[in-house]
Amino acid sequence: MSDDHSPEQFSHHVKRYLFVFYALLFGTLITVGASYIPFGHRAINIGVALLIACGKAFLVAGYFMHLVSERKMIYGIMLFTAFFFIGLMFLTIWSVADFPRLPTQH
Amino acid sequence: MDIPYTVQPRPDTGLYNAKVGIWLFLASEVMLFGALFSSYILLRVGAPDGYWPHGWLNVPVGTANTLVLITSSITTVMAWASLKMNQFGRFKFYHACTILFALTFVGIKSYEYHDKFTHYSIKLADGRLADGHLDEKSKDFDLAKKQGKIVIHGHVVNLAAANENLKEELKTIYDPHSAEGKKAKHSKLEFNASEIASMETYGPWHNTYTAIYFTLTGLHALHVIGGAIVISFLWSFGAKMWKTDPERFTNRIEISGLFWHFVDLVWIFLFPVLYLL
Repeated sequence: MSDDHSPEQFSHHVKRYLFVFYALLFGTLITVGASYIPFGHRAINIGVALLIACGKAFLVAGYFMHLVSERKMIYGIMLFTAFFFIGLMFLTIWSVADFPRLPTQH
Repeated sequence: MDIPYTVQPRPDTGLYNAKVGIWLFLASEVMLFGALFSSYILLRVGAPDGYWPHGWLNVPVGTANTLVLITSSITTVMAWASLKMNQFGRFKFYHACTILFALTFVGIKSYEYHDKFTHYSIKLADGRLADGHLDEKSKDFDLAKKQGKIVIHGHVVNLAAANENLKEELKTIYDPHSAEGKKAKHSKLEFNASEIASMETYGPWHNTYTAIYFTLTGLHALHVIGGAIVISFLWSFGAKMWKTDPERFTNRIEISGLFWHFVDLVWIFLFPVLYLL
């Protein structure tokens, strides 16, 4: 975050931090509540929980860690990280695709 | 010799050096936890149907710990904002709260770990399986010498049951909140060591689920402890720098805060994945 803010401007930021905090508390309660709703398939429950978690992660990274207003270099670092992180997650999906190709036993 | 760019941003990056450093470190941390999350998914997807535990963790306790960590995140950012507004007293208050919340988180986590280390799975010599929390263990209890007795509060599963029945019986253990799990009658069970073939607690060695659970939450707890130590230093002895170099001190608080928020961010994913799904 650019640090050239006056103390007066920071009191405005404080209001935003508090709003994010309430949103995170609300998000946590929603996550717990949604886990008890039978959406019909466990995969949907997993999807909903991860979607809420992503929203909460955006709030923490974006506002508490100031990623919404950072310098280009930080975005560069995080872009590289996101690329390899997504690769890691795709490993799990690609591994599932192996099963139909297993040799069948006679 | 002065270390350059501890306060002023470098002309090429537009950032002071510590900030570049912490983000590079956090990038490596994302990959560390990412690899473990990826392992978790592979282990869970690869588990035989019905053999991945559900409801082994206490949701209200986990929710409370999540709220504690989120609250510690707001006190961290408020501590930094207080310094930016030249309010050192408020900084001390907010970061004292952060340290207290960190200790609360570790305390609650320890309680949860204790619950797992007192939960026994006992294979009996007659082929049955007893499962429950430790009530009492006689002082002379020694499984190798087959002496003494153990009392647990739990239930017994008949491992000799026919295939389909066995799956239902095991569901009382693997999914205690399922219809089958709720049917299981829990009571005080006493066994002599001579009746026991083998026994173990729900530690990391128990099964794949407890192994990944302890690895993920243990690594996260180490991060909480490490972060709490750094924040405690900056709150106490390290706070002297506020008098000599306030801008540099404020930057230190920002850097430690970025690490703390990352720890919170990891927990935001760990909580639903381990406790709710």
